[in-house]
Amino acid sequence: MSRDIDPVTLAVIQNGLQQVCNEMDLAFQRSAFSPVIAEAMDRSDGIYHRDDGALIAQGEMGLPIFVGTMQYSTRTVIERATNLAPGDLYIVNDPYLGGTHLMDVRMAKPFYYSGEIFCWLSNTGHWRDTGGAVPGGFSANATEVEQEGLRLPPVKLYKADVLDEEILAIIMSNIRIADQTIGDIKAQVAALSVGEKRLTALLDRYGARMVEDCIGEMRTRAAQQMRAKIATIPDGRYESVAWVDSDGVVDAPLKIDMKIRKEGTELYFDLSGSSPPCKGPMNSVIASTRSSIYLAMKHIFPEVPINAGTYEPLHIADPEGTFLYARYPRPVSGCAAEVSQRIAEAVFAALVQAVPDILFAAPAGTSGNFALGGHDPGTDKPYVMYLFTGGGYGGARDGDGLSNGCSTIGISTMQPVEVLEQRYPVLFERFALSEGSGGPGRQRGGFGVDYTIRIRDGWARASMVMDHGRFGPQGVLGGADGGVNRVAIHRDGATYVPPHLSKDQDILVGPGDVIEVSTPGGGGYGDPWQRDPALVARDVGRGYYTAEQAAAMYGVALDGGGAVDAAATARLRGRGAAAE
Amino acid sequence: MTRVVGCDVGGTFTDLILLDEAAGEVRIAKVPTTVENQAFGVMAAIGQVNGRLDRLDALVHGTTTTTNALLEKKISRCGLITTRGFRDVIELGRRTRPNAYGLLGGFEPLVPRELRLEVDERMDAAGEVVRPLDEAGMRAAAEVLAAAGCESLVIHFLHAYANPAHERRAAEIAAEVWPNRHVTIGSEIISEYREYERGVAAAVNAAIQPVLDRYISRLTDELSAHGYGRDLLVMQGNGGTVSSRIVAEHAINTVMSGPASGVMAAAFTGARSGFPDVITYDMGGTSSDVGLIRDGIPATSAELQLEYGMPIHVPMVDVHSIGAGGGSLAVIDDAGLLRVGPQSAGAMPGPICYGRGGTQPTITDANLALGRLNPAALLSVDNPISLGHVRDRIATVVGEPLGLDADGAAAAILQIGNNRMAGAIRMVSLARGHDPRDFALFAFGGAGPLHAVALAAELAIPTVLIPARPGITNAIGCVVADVRHDYVNSVNKPLDQLDMADVRAVLEAQIAEGRATIEREGVAVEELVLVHRAEMQFQGQSHMLHVPLPGVDVGKAALRRAFEEVYFNRFSLELKEIQPVLVSLQTAVIGRRGAVSLASLADAGARAGSVAAARTGERRVWFAAGWRETPVYDRAKLPLGAEFAGPAVIEQLDTTIVIEPEATARVDDVGNLVVAVPPAYRG
Repeated sequence: MSRDIDPVTLAVIQNGLQQVCNEMDLAFQRSAFSPVIAEAMDRSDGIYHRDDGALIAQGEMGLPIFVGTMQYSTRTVIERATNLAPGDLYIVNDPYLGGTHLMDVRMAKPFYYSGEIFCWLSNTGHWRDTGGAVPGGFSANATEVEQEGLRLPPVKLYKADVLDEEILAIIMSNIRIADQTIGDIKAQVAALSVGEKRLTALLDRYGARMVEDCIGEMRTRAAQQMRAKIATIPDGRYESVAWVDSDGVVDAPLKIDMKIRKEGTELYFDLSGSSPPCKGPMNSVIASTRSSIYLAMKHIFPEVPINAGTYEPLHIADPEGTFLYARYPRPVSGCAAEVSQRIAEAVFAALVQAVPDILFAAPAGTSGNFALGGHDPGTDKPYVMYLFTGGGYGGARDGDGLSNGCSTIGISTMQPVEVLEQRYPVLFERFALSEGSGGPGRQRGGFGVDYTIRIRDGWARASMVMDHGRFGPQGVLGGADGGVNRVAIHRDGATYVPPHLSKDQDILVGPGDVIEVSTPGGGGYGDPWQRDPALVARDVGRGYYTAEQAAAMYGVALDGGGAVDAAATARLRGRGAAAE
Repeated sequence: MTRVVGCDVGGTFTDLILLDEAAGEVRIAKVPTTVENQAFGVMAAIGQVNGRLDRLDALVHGTTTTTNALLEKKISRCGLITTRGFRDVIELGRRTRPNAYGLLGGFEPLVPRELRLEVDERMDAAGEVVRPLDEAGMRAAAEVLAAAGCESLVIHFLHAYANPAHERRAAEIAAEVWPNRHVTIGSEIISEYREYERGVAAAVNAAIQPVLDRYISRLTDELSAHGYGRDLLVMQGNGGTVSSRIVAEHAINTVMSGPASGVMAAAFTGARSGFPDVITYDMGGTSSDVGLIRDGIPATSAELQLEYGMPIHVPMVDVHSIGAGGGSLAVIDDAGLLRVGPQSAGAMPGPICYGRGGTQPTITDANLALGRLNPAALLSVDNPISLGHVRDRIATVVGEPLGLDADGAAAAILQIGNNRMAGAIRMVSLARGHDPRDFALFAFGGAGPLHAVALAAELAIPTVLIPARPGITNAIGCVVADVRHDYVNSVNKPLDQLDMADVRAVLEAQIAEGRATIEREGVAVEELVLVHRAEMQFQGQSHMLHVPLPGVDVGKAALRRAFEEVYFNRFSLELKEIQPVLVSLQTAVIGRRGAVSLASLADAGARAGSVAAARTGERRVWFAAGWRETPVYDRAKLPLGAEFAGPAVIEQLDTTIVIEPEATARVDDVGNLVVAVPPAYRG
């Protein structure tokens, strides 16, 4: 400790800084227009170090993927900032400067106390549109970042508290639904003002010097806490591979090659064996790649608080020359939503070998991004319907996986079918649990979702950026993979399946056409032949699996009444046991 | 109304208050809750106050029967029939997970998948029939579920809020084959869009309806056997009551009614004592409940959830539970930092000082070590533990790693615990759009009054109000509650497309339904009060704000202005360029019961002539500035109108109040304690 900080003050200031961030999160979310922010909570707010942007504290209600990216983003602003004055506020969405994809727009503001910059306040919000080839920005077949939308380097949107109307005009002229986005901009700026007010109160009460000392101490302590957790992982090398279906342009899988070395209290991550940069939008910028690993570790050790210290024992070699270190002008719209989840999956798959009691099989790991853009003859207006669906989570030592869980990088809820049908000229024929999709295991994976949409009126174009169409989420410790993602479009008696299975763009559909999607199930955990036969019988009774699947996947035979046939089961499983 | 009983069943105790206004008398009982059948505890409490049931005018009852049944999954077997293609809606939920970080855990739907059947039928969002109801299929499905031993049935169809015709026809068909009355129609529980929340609410209702029905029958049998011939009123989560005759129809409305009673009592007491704006703080053993009252009216919400996977989206008093209570554990984490809660010692083993085997220090133990709780009270616990032992454990577990002695460690637990609770209260208040400094803090529950003054200081709240009888606040809530029924209907139209005649028609239908219900339950009410409001948002937004409506006749321009004003007050933003949307219309139909006076709670008879005469002794108590010899008062003896400065400890049967040295206390004319927290002392 730099000087004596009493433990009570330290804890109180830590709570205080956390509270400042939580209040920024709340202010942003409550007044935002974008449902992506207000409902999907696709935003984050935090406090960053004045010199290098290192994370001091970040809101607990922020989108998980942002746990790691914002300090890089803030650092690039600090490096480029000139002629700073109180009331200046930067806006930036350049993916290559510590970002994710263009839709994640960051704002950063120097926080002045007694005339000096004490720290920076930043936030990120997912805008509904930033221009580009397709509404919403998720172009499945962009080959350059320019096709994905307007790219802003760090520029001052406010100078000394005065909005720069000229910069605003440039932004407004380059994005769709600009009239509603102004509401989001105001909300994002207002959130930082809330942070300034609360942080000033905290410094007034405890003194800048004391808070400064506590920030240093908190960083040391968080590193210590993460190291204590890492120490519980046995020393060794743990490897895994995860696959992205394709980049949306070239129909070939992309490999994430994860090699983790655990030594003492440190973890070393090597991704250098991964695929080279890709042509389509599945490239990942380095901030997003790093953040995916941080996010995975936070899912494994949720109780460790997040600040720059948390990441000190995590050593990630820059995967130069791979698609996980994208440089301009590689398209990157898929990095936050899809590739990040596959990187996290690779971390889980490697470390489950080391600490099987606390880890789990792979979750569905796709955001299931489906967009339908068309013209509604009823209202005579264009519309864009976005649908993000969940999938099954992986089994774990103590239980089966959750069904229809949110993407691992998000925390959002899905829009009700009743709302979607109110707003768009579609009719859902089904929204159901995807039977058989849970990966078999001693603890099975959770189930994905089957949904079927019929176009009622008008013409539209369907696009999707999904994943796990080629390979199901990985089973572990003898468990089998979860079911794959499926897309089929039925038109005029013919069925169209996207060539890349999970990614496609601008598929023309009209009245009566039907779009059918199944999302992935979670991976199984442990040998399915060791699953309690009574649970298998229950699952068949519920229609999760058929009796045939129970026999083939679990080695459990049921009698005519659906109860376990113990003798037949023993015969089926006897074969398995003999093989061991 | 002259003789009325309020009886609230809590987790540990069943509390009862008998108010006899004519005689100016109040009697109170506290008996252990009888978990298996709460009626036994209720009868025992009535016995304790010697309540002549034949002479009572009303009996108002708050029960946790339904809440407990849901939490402990002791629910009835129920079946569900729904629109073809949608039987998994209540199992799939809204694509969430239990915690933001960590991918473990889940929930079991209230109706297992094998008991969820589908029939052919379909409405669209406009309420028009896309596919007619397959009546034969409906009958067959009901027969299958009845044969499968289901005790109750849910009928839940897509878009039934827009047109309930199919649901109602399906219910008629089901009634012909169903062996009892336990058929729940989804749109009659909630008439709003959102199929998951509406379906879960319907399933909750069906799952607890038979349980509540049985309990109420047993209780009314017991009561009539003892000569009671008047109304039995049951508390609901909306803070109002309903006749026992119809309570089971909407059994879901009784869920979480306990916390609602407390807030109703606070609203009544606060308004009576000149504090219409109040934050309530009910601190228990494992958690604390926070509620908000503005202008004497408790905030309500239709978006509460009982636990993960169980949203209860019927209108209820908005009570937020925070994970901190007397039993919150103090632990040193891997970073060497002291954390207090959210883990709790619970009832078993409980705090160290309970003598049930607890070894890990809690907030209660810290209060004891710091003289804030009376060490002599240790004698009343299961296995007496010495104060020295408690202090030793605190020194060992918390003090040693932090380099603190027992005093310092206990003080650290208290300060960090208070800091965390204050932060949580602040977030609850901010999330509802209010600055806590504009409120008084109303503290009750076993531990609320112990911490209230320190919490108010931390939150910069100027006044703390501690009611005369903090330990029976919920029972008092029963006594003061009115008959109340809430109705919500979706509209979901931008103002420019809205026909105001439709608005009027919806509100009038809600009023008619409320009147009919109050008539049907046959409870004597003195007047009917109607409260209307609209839920609104700007087009494209997700969050909604409540806009009060003066009556059924609403002009479009006035509605727009009212919404913009509410929006500006909340967010300081004007958005003239965006179209407002009327999302839903709500009406509360409130039947006022005769007003009660709480003056008799003050119990003037027992009071001493002066503050000094109410003093029972003194002890060393720790405050932020160190140990102080602190006078101890007997609350029952403090004279009405008395004023005195802190530090002070005030003891009464069921709670202890600590007045920090900087604060001053006053006993008001009905026995409430009003504590002023000076500005300099506020954080």
